[in-house]
Amino acid sequence: MIPERLVTIGAVAGLLAVALGAWALGEIFTITLATRAAILALAATGLNIALGYGGLVSLGHAAFFGLGGYAMGILAFHAQSYTPLELGALTIEGTKSMPVIWLVAICVSALAAWVIGLLSLRTGGVYFIMITLAFGQMFYYFAISWSAYGGEDGLPIYLRNSFPGVDTLVPVQFFGLCFAALVLALLLSARLRSAPLGLALNAARQSPARVAAVGISPTRVKLVAFVISGAITGLAGALYADLNRFVSPAMFSWQLSGELIVLVILGGVGRLAGPVIGACLFVTLEHWLGGLTDFWHVWLGAILLGVVLFARGGIVGLLTGKAGPHV
Amino acid sequence: MSAILLIEQVLNGLQFGVMLFLMAAGLTLIFGVMGLINLAHGSLYMVGAFAAAFAAAATGSFALALVAALSAAALAGVLIEVAVIRRLYDAPHLDQVLATFALILMFSEGTRWVFGSFPLYLDIPDALSGPVTLPGGIQYPLYRLALIGVGLVVAAGLWWLTQRTRLGMQIRAGKDDREMIAALGVDISKLYTLVFALGAALAGLAGALVGAIQSVQVGMGEPVLILAFVTIVIGGIGSIKGAFIGALLVGLTDTLGGIFLPLVLSVAMAPEAAAQTGAALASMLIYILMGAVLVWKPTGLFGGARPA
Repeated sequence: MIPERLVTIGAVAGLLAVALGAWALGEIFTITLATRAAILALAATGLNIALGYGGLVSLGHAAFFGLGGYAMGILAFHAQSYTPLELGALTIEGTKSMPVIWLVAICVSALAAWVIGLLSLRTGGVYFIMITLAFGQMFYYFAISWSAYGGEDGLPIYLRNSFPGVDTLVPVQFFGLCFAALVLALLLSARLRSAPLGLALNAARQSPARVAAVGISPTRVKLVAFVISGAITGLAGALYADLNRFVSPAMFSWQLSGELIVLVILGGVGRLAGPVIGACLFVTLEHWLGGLTDFWHVWLGAILLGVVLFARGGIVGLLTGKAGPHV
Repeated sequence: MSAILLIEQVLNGLQFGVMLFLMAAGLTLIFGVMGLINLAHGSLYMVGAFAAAFAAAATGSFALALVAALSAAALAGVLIEVAVIRRLYDAPHLDQVLATFALILMFSEGTRWVFGSFPLYLDIPDALSGPVTLPGGIQYPLYRLALIGVGLVVAAGLWWLTQRTRLGMQIRAGKDDREMIAALGVDISKLYTLVFALGAALAGLAGALVGAIQSVQVGMGEPVLILAFVTIVIGGIGSIKGAFIGALLVGLTDTLGGIFLPLVLSVAMAPEAAAQTGAALASMLIYILMGAVLVWKPTGLFGGARPA
C-alpha cells in the first residue's frame, strides 16, 4: 500500500504534468480542463476542512463559491463599464486586479461563512445539513431576483482580470495561478491538520463532550474551521468566474454544493489528496462520459452509489489501504 | 390595497402551504421514524407529476391520473427503499445525503431520457376549472380551493392515522424506541418500507396536484424539496404538527412577502428601486424566518429537546 504523503504528491504532480504536457503538445482545451480541475480541487479542499476534519456536512458550500464568483463579477463589471459602485456615502471603483478581487472574495465569503456558521452550528446533525442547504438556496434566489447584476441571465465579463507579472489570457499561465492557489491551500490545509486548531477540530468531530470537558468550546472550533473552509471555497469561486469570464446564479445552485461533496467523497474524505483526485476524476468523467452520452449524470449517480455503499474511503482509501476518518 | 387582494393572496399562500405540507409530512415522517434524510423525496414528487401527466394524456381522466401518480410514486418509493435506502438507516448522515443525491441524479436524468427535456402539461379537470365566487364577492379559482381542501383532508387523515390506529401506534413507537418495538414482535423492516411508501405517495400526490397548475418537468422537485426542508426545520424535525404549522407559515410568508414587501418599501423608496429591492428581499424572507426561529428555538417550533 502507498503512504498517504506519496499519494498527495503524486496527485498534485500528476495534475501539473497533464497541464504541462498539454502545453507542450499545444492542446489548449486540455489545459482548460486541467485548470477547471485545479479550481474545483481548490473549492473541494476548502470544503474538506469543514467536512473531513470537522465532520460538518455542509450542503451549502455553493454559497461561498457563488459569493467569490459574484465578488469578482461585480468588481470587474464596475471596472469594465467605468461606473463606480455607490454604497451610500461610500464609492467603490471597480477593479480588474486579481489580487484585490481575491482578497475581497475571501473576506466576503469568510463573513458569510461566519454568519451561516453561527446560525447553523446552534444545532447539529441533520438540521445542519438542511440549514446550510437552505442558506445556499437563499443566495441562489437572491442572485436570480437581483436584476442589477444580470439576475437570472448572469453577468458576462469581457476580459479576464489581470495579475501583476502574469499574462492571464495565456491558458497555461492562468493554470499556473490556479495551481499555485491550490498548492497554497493544500499546504495550509496540511498545516492546519497538525496545528492545535486542527487537533481540537478532529477531537470535536469525534467527541464534542470531551473537548468541552478539557475547556475548549467545540462550537467555536467548528465555527473557525467553517470560516476558513468558506473562505477557501470563495477564492475558488473567484477563479472559476475568471476561468469562464461569466458569473451566474448557477454558481449558487444546490447541485454544485452536492457535486463539491461528491468530489471530496470520490477522492477520499478528510485526506489531503482527496479533493485533488476527486476533482480530476470528476472532470475526466464529465468530459469522457459527457462525450459518450448526454445523460452522463445517470452513470455518475451509479458510480457514486457504488462508492457510498461499497467503497467508503474513496480513491485515497483504496490506494493507501486505510479507511479515512469517520464522518 | 384592497381586502379582496389580501384575501386572494392569503388563499394563495394557504394553497402553497398545504401542498408544501404534503411534501414535508413525508420527509418528517421518514426522518422521525427511520432517522433518514432523504434528498430524493423531490424525485418522488417529480415521478408523481410525470405519471399523472402520462396517464392523463393516455386516458383523459384526471382521477386515473391521480391514481397513477399515487401508485407510481409509492412503487418507486418501495423500489428505492428495498434496493438502496434500507442499507442507509444505520449509516452516517453524510452517506445518506450522498446516496440520495446519487438517486436524484439517476431519477432526473432517467426521466429526461424517457420523456425528453420538454415540459409536459397536465390539464385541470373540467369539473374543477373556472372561478368560484366566495362570500364577499371574491372570485377565486375552484381548483386552487380544491387543493386547499385536499391538503386539509390529508392532514386530518395523517393525524387520525398516527394518533388513532394500530399502525400509527407502531409508527410512533418506532420513532421512540426501535429495538423495543422490534422485540415486541413488530416486523420493523416491513413497517419502514410502509412508512417510506406512504411518504412517497404523499410526495407523488403533491406532484400531480401541483403539476396541473405548473408545468411538469425534470428538476421540478428540488426547489420544493428545499422549501420542505425549511418547513420541517421551522416546525421541528419529526413532528407532523410542526410540519403543518411550518408549511402554512412558509406558504403565507413567501406569497404575502412577494406581494406586499415591494408595496411597503415603495413608501420609503422610488417605485422602481422598491420593486427591485422588494423582489430580492422577498426571495430571502422564508430563510430569514428560518434563521429567526433557529435563534429562538434551535430545534424548531415543535422539535425535541436536542438536535437529532
